[in-house]
Amino acid sequence: MGIFSKIGNAFKKTKAAIDNKIVAIFSGGELDDEFYEELEMVLLSSDVGAATTDIIIEKLRARASKQKLRNEDDVKQALRDIMAEILSESEPPVDEYPLVIMVVGVNGVGKTTTIGKLAKYYTNLGKSVLLVAADTFRAAASDQLSGWATRAGVRIVKHAEGADPASVVYDGLQSARAKGNDVVIIDTAGRLHNKVNLMEELKKVNRVAEKELNGASYQKLIVLDATTGQNAISQVEYFDDAIGLTGLVLTKLDGTAKGGVVLAVVSENSIPIKFIGTGEGLDDLELFNAKEFAEAII
Amino acid sequence: MAMFGNLSDKLNHIFSKLTKRGKLTELEIRQAMREVRVALLEADVSFLVAKRFIDALSEKAVGSEIMESLTPGQQVIKLVNQELIALMGNTASKIDFGVAPPVIIMMCGLQGAGKTTMCGKLGAMLKSQGKKVLLVAGDIYRPAAINQLQVVGKQAGVEVFERGTQKVVKTVNEALALAKKQSFDVVVIDTAGRLHINDELMNELLDIKKLAKPNEILLTVDSMTGQDAVTVAEKFNQKLDITGVVLTKLDGDTRGGVALSIKAAVGKPIKFCGVGEKLGDIEQFHPERMASRILGMGDVLTLIEKAQASVDEKEMARLEKSFRENSFTLDDFLAQFDNIKKMGNINDLVNMIPGMKGKIGQLDIDEDDIKRNKAIIQSMTKRERLNPDIIKASHKKRIATGSGTSIQEVNALLKQFYGSKELMKQFASGKKKGKFPPGMFG
Repeated sequence: MGIFSKIGNAFKKTKAAIDNKIVAIFSGGELDDEFYEELEMVLLSSDVGAATTDIIIEKLRARASKQKLRNEDDVKQALRDIMAEILSESEPPVDEYPLVIMVVGVNGVGKTTTIGKLAKYYTNLGKSVLLVAADTFRAAASDQLSGWATRAGVRIVKHAEGADPASVVYDGLQSARAKGNDVVIIDTAGRLHNKVNLMEELKKVNRVAEKELNGASYQKLIVLDATTGQNAISQVEYFDDAIGLTGLVLTKLDGTAKGGVVLAVVSENSIPIKFIGTGEGLDDLELFNAKEFAEAII
Repeated sequence: MAMFGNLSDKLNHIFSKLTKRGKLTELEIRQAMREVRVALLEADVSFLVAKRFIDALSEKAVGSEIMESLTPGQQVIKLVNQELIALMGNTASKIDFGVAPPVIIMMCGLQGAGKTTMCGKLGAMLKSQGKKVLLVAGDIYRPAAINQLQVVGKQAGVEVFERGTQKVVKTVNEALALAKKQSFDVVVIDTAGRLHINDELMNELLDIKKLAKPNEILLTVDSMTGQDAVTVAEKFNQKLDITGVVLTKLDGDTRGGVALSIKAAVGKPIKFCGVGEKLGDIEQFHPERMASRILGMGDVLTLIEKAQASVDEKEMARLEKSFRENSFTLDDFLAQFDNIKKMGNINDLVNMIPGMKGKIGQLDIDEDDIKRNKAIIQSMTKRERLNPDIIKASHKKRIATGSGTSIQEVNALLKQFYGSKELMKQFASGKKKGKFPPGMFG
């Protein structure tokens, strides 16, 4: 199954829903106010958010005044183009090795699972991977990561529960240097972005990682749950303020979730999407492609 | 952020226009209602629920009530609030213990909603009510999920039943036999997170239900969920006929529109809320408070309740007196730290105050700071505490040594103290009135 069909599959339901609505609201070949109002509601009900919905609609209005959009196919193509433009406004950095990746996010978005998939992804590229279990807070988090390490066949550095996460990161990076690993992936505890103390702790972990990079390139990825609503914008804002994000991973696209919130996130925060998670298997991780993504949505 | 910080700002914006204009035409109300609808959608209220909500509201608003009113803005806000409460259910709902024990509670939900953590919280809460609780490890898929339940069970001081990754139904069956034999009052069954469209796993839940005949089937939902929440709740409800909903991660800054959506879509009560990382961070759901939260009016009720429970009233009266008389000393400052600690996280409290949401950056007080500041004050003499003006450099050195801090930290504390004192002087003289909600500070 190709990448496109996989994403397409994940989005099947969304696509059908929006499709039907566009057909239903497009009447008489004219984009009237009623059409735009209905389109607004369609986008809002796909978690796109009010501000970004306004942007999309303004762009569509501008396009419609320049060129005649004759039927629903024209309208859909125009919407696809607009979405792809928004989503590709910023590009994630290209991977350079040795590479250190820190994975952050709120509780329950699928950080640990994503790390298992990332381990497999980089192993498939022929890289030697080390996982660092810096979630020392959640009960049994490091056991969960160990499980993924075994499945992906990679090494893991972990401490006891309740240990200082910064010290785990320090040890992990030392160990990676000693053993010559190409990719180090750091798991961090899930934290709600408005918890000042926990965000301070994350800053400290980040500072330690930065000091121990020894010339490795460093990426900081936030994991977002595709079922999340407008709060995703706030999540990205706070984490970006704290440690400076380089990209995001959108998970749980295998349900009926629309993932429309990424349009809002990318348009408001300018953080590029790097990966999307499309299932529960170890291989269900894809590099993000704005055009394919937009085509899958509309 | 979007154009508006939150739903209440948006509604306030709409209604400030209404208030200024006096009586309204039907058309104006319809326009206002459209904006309310967009605002609700922006707060993650489901598309259809928002529509239904607006229809009900319009019907009432367009009637004579509003048209003849002199202050339509106020009336509409009241109406919105009333309708929100009505939609979310009028009363707080509890677990019914009026049946033969053990009471069986089955948890279910998507991955990452917070089921396992909630099992621990329920266990701890029920134990504190004198119940004998058994947690059952029914998540045999996620790596280390059983371990996690064992750890939270230990923290909660309740027993955990697990049979590794054998068939869940078998594990549950054995657990129930044990619960009956050893007269447990409550059995809480943890289950694996699953997608509502995964038929195989949804059938597994149905099998557990058929076997255990739970008194409660609680769907655990992340309060940050967007539009998809309704689909998820509907699917779980169709399959299992759930008895209630648990909302998690409400200590975040989500606007929580999902509470409205789910209640409206499946008609089942929201029974509990997860409000923090600690096991004690579980609360009952109160629709009227949630309505205030969605409207951004602040969770004033919870704040008041919390403050009343943890602060001695006499102590409050004494503090208030010293504010007024401007005789606020370092001893009072010390007492304040204790009160803050008793009330819980200061930032949570600040968030509950209307108009203060999102301004927590200015009030970063962490527990270590409090501990350090207490040590500094406690290392002062009685005279110094009453009159900090007499504290000279040599005193500071002694205080720093005594409290295991530095002179800089002593200085910082004194600066903070003088700052607070100045602020209180302004309260007392009413200069800062209007910046804070009336009634909040006596």
